[in-house]
Amino acid sequence: MNRFDMELSDIAWCPGCGNYGILNVLKKTLDELGIQPEKMVLVSGIGQAAKIPHYFRTNFFNGLHGRALPPATAIKASNPSLTVIAESGDGDMYGEGGNHFIHTIRRNPGITNIVHNNMVYGLTKGQASPTSQAGFKTPIQVGGVFLEPFNPIAVALALDATFVARAFIGDQDRTREIFKKALMHKGYALVDVFQPCFTFNKINTFQWFREHTYYLDDTHDVHNRNQAFQKAVETDKLPLGVFYENTGRKTFEENIQETGKAVLPLHSQETDYGKLKDLILKFK
Amino acid sequence: MSNSIADKKPGDVSILLCGQAGQGIQTVEHLLMRILKSSGYCLFTGKEYMSRVRGGMNSTSIRISGSPVSAPSNRIDILVPLDKGGVSHVSCMLTSNTVVIGEKDSCGGEIPNGVALLDVPFSKIAAETGNKVYSNTVAVGALLFLLGLELEPNLHHIGEFFSGKPDDVVKKNLEAAGKGYASLAGTGTARLQMEFKSSPDVKEQLLLSGAEAVSLGALAGGCNFISSYPMSPSTGVLSFLAQHGSEFGIVVEQAEDEIAAINMAIGAWYAGARAMVTTSGGGFALMTEGLSLAGMLESPLVIHLAQRPGPATGLPTRTEQGDLEFALYGGHGEFPRIIFAPGTLEEGFTLAHRAFSVADKYQVPVIILTDQFFMDSCCNTPVFKLDDVDREKHFTGTSAGYRRYEMAANGISPRGIPGLGDGLVCVDSDEHDQEGHITENSVMRTMMVDKRLKKLESSMDDFIPPRLFETGSSNNLIVCWGSALSAVREAVEILGRDDTAVLHFSQVFPLDAALVREHFSKAEKTILVEGNATGQFGRILKGCTGVDFHGRILRYNGLSFASDELAAKINSCLQEGK
Ligand SMILES: Cc1ncc(C[n+]2csc(CCOP(=O)(O)OP(=O)(O)O)c2C)c(N)n1
Ligand code: SF4
Ligand SMILES: [Mg+2]
Repeated sequence: MNRFDMELSDIAWCPGCGNYGILNVLKKTLDELGIQPEKMVLVSGIGQAAKIPHYFRTNFFNGLHGRALPPATAIKASNPSLTVIAESGDGDMYGEGGNHFIHTIRRNPGITNIVHNNMVYGLTKGQASPTSQAGFKTPIQVGGVFLEPFNPIAVALALDATFVARAFIGDQDRTREIFKKALMHKGYALVDVFQPCFTFNKINTFQWFREHTYYLDDTHDVHNRNQAFQKAVETDKLPLGVFYENTGRKTFEENIQETGKAVLPLHSQETDYGKLKDLILKFK
Repeated sequence: MSNSIADKKPGDVSILLCGQAGQGIQTVEHLLMRILKSSGYCLFTGKEYMSRVRGGMNSTSIRISGSPVSAPSNRIDILVPLDKGGVSHVSCMLTSNTVVIGEKDSCGGEIPNGVALLDVPFSKIAAETGNKVYSNTVAVGALLFLLGLELEPNLHHIGEFFSGKPDDVVKKNLEAAGKGYASLAGTGTARLQMEFKSSPDVKEQLLLSGAEAVSLGALAGGCNFISSYPMSPSTGVLSFLAQHGSEFGIVVEQAEDEIAAINMAIGAWYAGARAMVTTSGGGFALMTEGLSLAGMLESPLVIHLAQRPGPATGLPTRTEQGDLEFALYGGHGEFPRIIFAPGTLEEGFTLAHRAFSVADKYQVPVIILTDQFFMDSCCNTPVFKLDDVDREKHFTGTSAGYRRYEMAANGISPRGIPGLGDGLVCVDSDEHDQEGHITENSVMRTMMVDKRLKKLESSMDDFIPPRLFETGSSNNLIVCWGSALSAVREAVEILGRDDTAVLHFSQVFPLDAALVREHFSKAEKTILVEGNATGQFGRILKGCTGVDFHGRILRYNGLSFASDELAAKINSCLQEGK
């Protein structure tokens, strides 16, 4: 038991789904980091993965399909003292929300972006997702997927995301280490988590991921973007771990305060009516 | 022929500046407005422009009067073509009473028969002063003479306008204005005798545009977060708040698209900010899913929707009142919303700050519906008051066990924000229970729908009733909403009919049906005036209250109503069936 646990009567996930592992690991990591449920917000979109806030004792904003990142950015910008996590599925973050994915990385808000990557659309019953592998057959892609899979790690690196990692929920301990680093990172942190879907993806199973992944070792320099990129485009075996970290960039919250002179948190900001009166009178 | 202007003695003077985009229209307009306002004249300027940055013909109309004016007129007393093509652009509106003041060399060939040309070689005089760029200031000088104003006491306005430029440039501009003035002063040219009086009150008033009024209103409403994507004619509000963002501590973000913009604004409200988005029809189309989200989350939200003619890209820089029904029905599912549509600058200011307070109080999205005409028009208006701004913030601290969607008789559950107290603030776009957790329970579903809709009824506590303008006991009722007010009122004044009243709605939804019926029951003849092709507000009124109209005047050519033209249409509408 930890402080994020809640009584659960009705979980919408299939037994044995990788989502359970992510739920457990995330709760454990937050608990270990001493983060309080009242001081964090879990923002999600729509999908199986995006239901995670309902199994979590915390503040949450369960918004629209594909739209977790804009509110997460705004919540962090409005009140930087909150820990903000944006979490959803691969279809939600990379498909419907692809434009936000790109531009959120450019903004670099101090949020952790966890993507449950099961290479399929779970909630809508098994269509291809942007990360589905070539040849993957579905009721829609009847002849198999022929689009090039979306590579979130490479895209994030191309945009100089300040923290880029990939985990596999078959290994909860290593996933926890990665989550911890991501949550402690200042700035936008992407963790793409391989999460086998029992029901709709019979190809990319726990076994398949075990066989097709390996961990980056000590020889990998997380500050070397070129090296990270080389690793990101490997496909025969998919690397896991932290690809890249850049601690030199300012966060969105820092920029809006320093350049934009925003006064945060916004909820305790009061309008300066004296100044406003002066501004109005300038139009005389 | 040049003395025709002195013979005319109009009740107001209407000047049209016409030239290429990116050229000197703005300079001439700005200088004239400054000078005329400090002389105590009531002013109005309206813009009509093409969707291009340079080239193409743009025009700005300036009206000068002794009493408030806020609508364009189709009559042109003085036309100032600043470029070739400027006369042809408006030639169908010229009459024998119009004086064209411009360069014979460039526009002489465009002047229709019977129209007087006062030849002032702007660019030649400017070139003699040192550079062709001074020709706009030459035009200002000549116009001052024509309007019967003095040069010397007004030169400081010109100096101030160019202050910040090198001394030499300031000096040359002053010289250019003087030469423009002198070019007519010695020639026996008749000057306009302004029949109307100036007023010292005007000098103390504000002179600003609709975009500025709405932006100042947003500031007064405590707006501290704006996320938007540029789109004419709504961008003025975004840029105003950006210009003043650091002064007032506002977060200003240009989003990647309107979808991000509205979802950010909702996130900001969730965290305790006061957020708005500003957009036009196409952007609002992308926002509708987010609008529906605000409905479901019971999030306050302020949307400024500045209309332009559609469908699709339509006429990007022109005006229309064509998105009323879209604003009312946009967004899937059923949820309450409030729609304001200012008719005056003062209403632009007041409704903008009220939008924040009622959005916060009733936890509903509020849409401020304006249009290109309203955004770009400028006139003098009494100084905005800050005394009656509702400064109360409606979020609360929470304690353990807090439930975001606690059932309440008026539909309004206390709104907590994360991090402020021991409670958890859980909001969900799925149907949810009182805690904010997803549910498919049909009893809970029904209760939640009823709770959300109840807020619309509750919001009637702050309902803004339509305003009735009448001079005598009226048999006729002209109904309009939003920016059409100024032209409609002036049209009725022009007709001088004290049997005709104007009923203007600045809150277009929700409506007070009984009140509307009462107004209609007293009228023998009712006429609807709207800037769209199908009479959208008429349809809404009929749907909500059952009332009908005897006549409709609809305009959808991309241009705003002109008071004189509208007067003629109202008159013929009133004659019909008599
Ligand atoms: C605007 C919109 N389009 C489509 C949907 C339907 N929809 C809900 S979830 C989803 C895809 C889910 O896939 P993913 O994000 O990978 O999550 P998973 O269920 O696999 O965890 C879709 C298409 C929706 N809710 N909203
Ligand atoms: S459908 Fe797949 S992803 Fe969704 S809960 Fe079931 S196993 Fe998990
Ligand atoms: Mg998925």
